[in-house]
Amino acid sequence: MRGYSDEGRLFLPAREIARNCPIPELLDKRLVIVTGKGGVGKTTVAVGLGLRAAAEGKRTIVCEVASQENASRIFDHAQVGFHEVEMEENLWSISIDPDESMREYVLLQLKVRAMRDMLFRSRIFNYLAAATPGLKELVTIGKIWELAQLDRKVKQGRKYDLVIVDAPATGHGIGFLQTPRTFASIARVGPIHSQAQTLDRFITDHENTGAAIVALPEEMPVNESAALEKDLRDEVGVSVDRVYLNGLYPERFNKAEAERLAGLAAEENGAVKAAARAAVSEHERARCQRAQLSRLRRRVEAPVKTLPFLFEPELGVEAARRLSRRLG
Amino acid sequence: MTAALDEILEGKSICICAGSGGVGKTTTSAAIAAGMAAQGLSVCVLTIDPAKRLADSLGLKELGNEATRVDPALFEAQGVEMKGELWAMMLDAKATFDELVARQAPDEESRDRVLENRIYQQISSALAGSQEYMAMEKLFELHTEGRFDLLVLDTPPTRNALDFLEAPKRLTQFIEGKSLRVFMKPTGLAARVAGRGASVALSVFKRIVGFDLIADLAEFFNAFSGMVDGFQARAKRVNVLLSDPDTCFLVVCGPQGEPIDEAVYFHRKLVEANLPFGGVIVNKVHYPADELRAEVDDLPTALTDKLGDESLAQRVAANFSDYQALAERDARNIEHLANELRTAHVIRVPHLDEDVHDLAGLEQINRYLFATGEERIEMAAGRA
Repeated sequence: MRGYSDEGRLFLPAREIARNCPIPELLDKRLVIVTGKGGVGKTTVAVGLGLRAAAEGKRTIVCEVASQENASRIFDHAQVGFHEVEMEENLWSISIDPDESMREYVLLQLKVRAMRDMLFRSRIFNYLAAATPGLKELVTIGKIWELAQLDRKVKQGRKYDLVIVDAPATGHGIGFLQTPRTFASIARVGPIHSQAQTLDRFITDHENTGAAIVALPEEMPVNESAALEKDLRDEVGVSVDRVYLNGLYPERFNKAEAERLAGLAAEENGAVKAAARAAVSEHERARCQRAQLSRLRRRVEAPVKTLPFLFEPELGVEAARRLSRRLG
Repeated sequence: MTAALDEILEGKSICICAGSGGVGKTTTSAAIAAGMAAQGLSVCVLTIDPAKRLADSLGLKELGNEATRVDPALFEAQGVEMKGELWAMMLDAKATFDELVARQAPDEESRDRVLENRIYQQISSALAGSQEYMAMEKLFELHTEGRFDLLVLDTPPTRNALDFLEAPKRLTQFIEGKSLRVFMKPTGLAARVAGRGASVALSVFKRIVGFDLIADLAEFFNAFSGMVDGFQARAKRVNVLLSDPDTCFLVVCGPQGEPIDEAVYFHRKLVEANLPFGGVIVNKVHYPADELRAEVDDLPTALTDKLGDESLAQRVAANFSDYQALAERDARNIEHLANELRTAHVIRVPHLDEDVHDLAGLEQINRYLFATGEERIEMAAGRA
């Protein structure tokens, strides 16, 4: 799988790409990949970036992959499926289903209708499409690329200024983004070969493609974010523009106050005790989080921005909007 | 009242922790394994997480495809009596697949042909699904060896429950390649039987993906042809093992709406697949201070009286009310979960003050996992 580096003409070494490209502002790119481990708030950040770009007048679409529907959930909207659905002014959302992408890809490749119909009915074709390693990921990235084109391949396709991708969780995410490169080296001829190359260039073009990692202020997510930044750079050729540290507790109490409250919790009973104890817990958590924030700043190269923990039962669009103002 | 985890796992030989990413599955798996080992069992925990989180949790520098024993001294240092043995393994999916091929191959030449094939290399290392498949394969292997009393599997962070459950089937079907292999011999009888539609499909597919890929696939299936039966038989036995009554699936989730919905979905898939569901573990729960709610109305005043500092009192009260709101949400979500799953086995682990990434943390979690429901509430209240 690493054979591609031998064919040096095709791909610049990842590090070189990362170093040589200037870094325009994140939202001025055509594609922003939002990544990070599961459960850190990737979708909220992706939607937040989308809201921010839309507010600046950019026509923006937030894409989810592998048929996820987390973005529509934030908007409290019915599932969007494989459709570009308008959520707000200037902001659309789509959930990319690989089978639909494959279908669309074939439709674009084959102009003869009878042939297409035969193909879709054919068991062997469906088998091949399902079984070819990485093909689902490839057509998904293909669809993302298609959305980002000013000259859309899809008939009457809307033009977007910015495409934001809510990428799969860490681990799978690296594999996902590597697919075009892997494919280009496996299929050495044919349309897929050249298309895979196009997609790889698109993903690794730092002028137009940006990436953000979302992390939580905890030991292991911090370790993983540092590893993810390195893997994105070295294995995929994507350099990270921002690391968002999500869910940072407010520092409501200073050390002296926390000590006083601990004393109060020990003496009192009932609600006063419970409230004092909760305050001590909060102080302790906030302190641990600040230590993780410093670790993160030391371990990643990209600038780190913090996002506050929101004390809300469910994070809806208004919460995402409030976060979006801090996403610069 | 909710049973303690050791009651749920009584007599089980396999425990599979399933759930979406970011809910603390790896930590929970490690805690369960450590807790059961402490009670006297010989336990091995397997993780396929590529981020080496488990290694961190157990203070191990490096995990390999071989089980490594966690130093009992580490537990003693935490004041935990380790009556049994805790072993850990970080699964290398590619190495496991290679081992499996080596075992199934009729001779060295066939083995090498497969190992050197590009399609195989891609499937075994990069293809989503191969990790899941190999996890189950390793689980089966260890179970057959019978070295351990209990195996705890930390499943990979799939975004879709179906992926995990269906990956082995999909991969076996791919390796079988029945419908495909027929077309790899265009001169054979089978090609004629298959009909025109299929030939067109194949030629179109060739056109789209490029000839090389098809040729590689043909070579792959030829190389694999002698092993298909072995793989099928093994996959069947793995399936039997997963649905065995001695196997137990635990669903791990968080208390927020989305992880709860995913847990409900995952549970439904387990039931549909006739897999043995053992219970659900909800991590990072904000416990409510139920008995205190009546007094909360005049809290700011009460606090000001005690503290003599109005600003501090207000902040303490605001903080308390924020956490109570989260606690109420968690309680609502968990009630919904218990109703949907029709189970009393919902184990709630509280949101601890410090995040868990070492043995001391695992020990703290275990105080809740291995407690009965009543004990758990008492402990959480003791914190309040």
